[in-house]
Amino acid sequence: MPIHDQGYRRYGGQRAGAGRAWAVIARAGVRTLFARRAFIGLLLLSWIPFLVRAVQIYAAANLPQAQFLAPDARMFRSFLEQQEIFLFFITVYAGTGLIANDRRANALQIYLSRPLTRLEYIFGKFAILLALLLLVTWLPAMLLLVIQVMFAGSFAFFLGNLFLVPAITIFSLIQVSAVGLAMLALSSLSKSSRYVGVLYAGLIFFSQAVYGIVRGLTRDSTMAWLSVPLDLQQIGDVVFRLEPRFHMPVWSAFVVIALLIVSSAIVLERRVRGIEVVA
Amino acid sequence: MRSASAETCSGSRPYNQLMTAPLPVVTLEAVTVMYGQQAALREVTVSVPAGAVGLLGPNGAGKSTLIKSLLGFVVPTSGRMQVLGLDVAHAPLQIRGRIGYMPENDAHIPGMNAVSFVAYCAELSGLPRVDAMQRAHEVLFYVGLGEARYRNVETYSTGMKQRIKLAQALVHDPDLLFLDEPTNGMDPKGRDEMLALIHDLAHAKGMNVIVSSHLLPDIEFTCTHVIVMDGGRVAAQGPIAGLKQPRGQVFELRVKAPEGQDAFVQRLRAAGLECHVGDDEVMRVFVPDGGGDAARRIFAMAAAERVQVRHLRPSVPTLDDVFASAVGER
Repeated sequence: MPIHDQGYRRYGGQRAGAGRAWAVIARAGVRTLFARRAFIGLLLLSWIPFLVRAVQIYAAANLPQAQFLAPDARMFRSFLEQQEIFLFFITVYAGTGLIANDRRANALQIYLSRPLTRLEYIFGKFAILLALLLLVTWLPAMLLLVIQVMFAGSFAFFLGNLFLVPAITIFSLIQVSAVGLAMLALSSLSKSSRYVGVLYAGLIFFSQAVYGIVRGLTRDSTMAWLSVPLDLQQIGDVVFRLEPRFHMPVWSAFVVIALLIVSSAIVLERRVRGIEVVA
Repeated sequence: MRSASAETCSGSRPYNQLMTAPLPVVTLEAVTVMYGQQAALREVTVSVPAGAVGLLGPNGAGKSTLIKSLLGFVVPTSGRMQVLGLDVAHAPLQIRGRIGYMPENDAHIPGMNAVSFVAYCAELSGLPRVDAMQRAHEVLFYVGLGEARYRNVETYSTGMKQRIKLAQALVHDPDLLFLDEPTNGMDPKGRDEMLALIHDLAHAKGMNVIVSSHLLPDIEFTCTHVIVMDGGRVAAQGPIAGLKQPRGQVFELRVKAPEGQDAFVQRLRAAGLECHVGDDEVMRVFVPDGGGDAARRIFAMAAAERVQVRHLRPSVPTLDDVFASAVGER
């Protein structure tokens, strides 16, 4: 007679209701990424511009000869622009395998045989990217605002530029939603995360290259909407109440980003299924 | 069996308390599933009783499609399906909360060790984190992976992967377990152990189990009821013991036929006898109407075809006979 029976036992405990599985997926995904040293290193690297800007704000607040470094809306816009490179690397590092690896390991049928919808699965995966990307865009930008108030010792700048709070939030969300959903859609297209990385880099650099050629021929930036990163830059300028840098209509940038998000959602809807049916 | 304690849609009352007769765990009414122009299920109507039920059929018979339809992976072109009294079209999440599914092919969550993987699956099914981890350890010990539970699943052998698939299907304590080809790719020892686990779950732990397999011995060992599928249709169904009840007589024969036994086989079939020649050259002849002179009739036909009967003995029908008869094998 064994001391402790290790046979199968019924479960009599509580079960959460439907609709919370996305949080389980997101938490597990974030935990998995934070367990990797390379990712921690990348994350730390992405906070270096924040430190530089913090020093800039400190100097402007405390050194009279550094007044030319005083923060303004352009500084916050410029900070978020600097973060784009980290946004790219973190999107590639964290995003390529999110669905591709699940497809490679046939994990979708494990997920979707449980009480969660396809939408919850996608949202759970998206939440991983959302959390990580906001960690290198929205969070440091908002912290810079807080630091400015702390170092300046007054709310004058903050109150005078109150629009920065919604501007940082809205632009970060647009940026992160566009790249996050595009990456998820690409990740659902292949079982190889490397191939997905190539596809994503292709989306970014190819669109940039096409615009570069067009610009070289026309000597005009009206066709900047061809490039996804430039569309985001144009939107950023508008959101931060700055003069748009390209001659293209602002609505065209919004339309391209909206199309990117919608087409990504359509791809995800078609690709995230319990089984792949080849008719 | 636990189907009897299945809950209502509200999840509050066992539905056997509302009905007098035990309900089937799964019902299909005229279900048709099309993959493009190809019909995978054709007007399938079947009731799966509580207990251990085998879905038996050759590859492409529609067994896996049937399970995937019940899980909601495939939407039928027509028909109606119920699992544990819930409509698949209207309550898929409630159903999936109460079933476990062991897929046919390799499936795991990449980058996790076994205990994390199984606990993660339990959390996805709604178990709190602490309970999920505790259940994961228990279930991994139960399926025989206790010592390997901290290894990455990707380093597992085929047999271990089968076991972990069973563990993830069990961890949230489902009322109904779908096992799709559970012994695929396993060595004989591992296969016996897997079958023993399934038998234990179905017969000792009172779990409702639907086992899909093309292997007759697996179904015969683990199940009490069988549904034989062929070409997307249900070819036969019923309790295995009932299906094996002789409705005629079965004889095992070994013959010596200098001119070949084909003519003899043709003659037997022409006389309305089912004849199945096995790989071991043992011929099984089923005489539907039985009767006391069945053996004499066989001897007479053998003599007429100049075939020498070296061995003849009455036998009992096996599941092989049921299967062969149902799918029309000769």
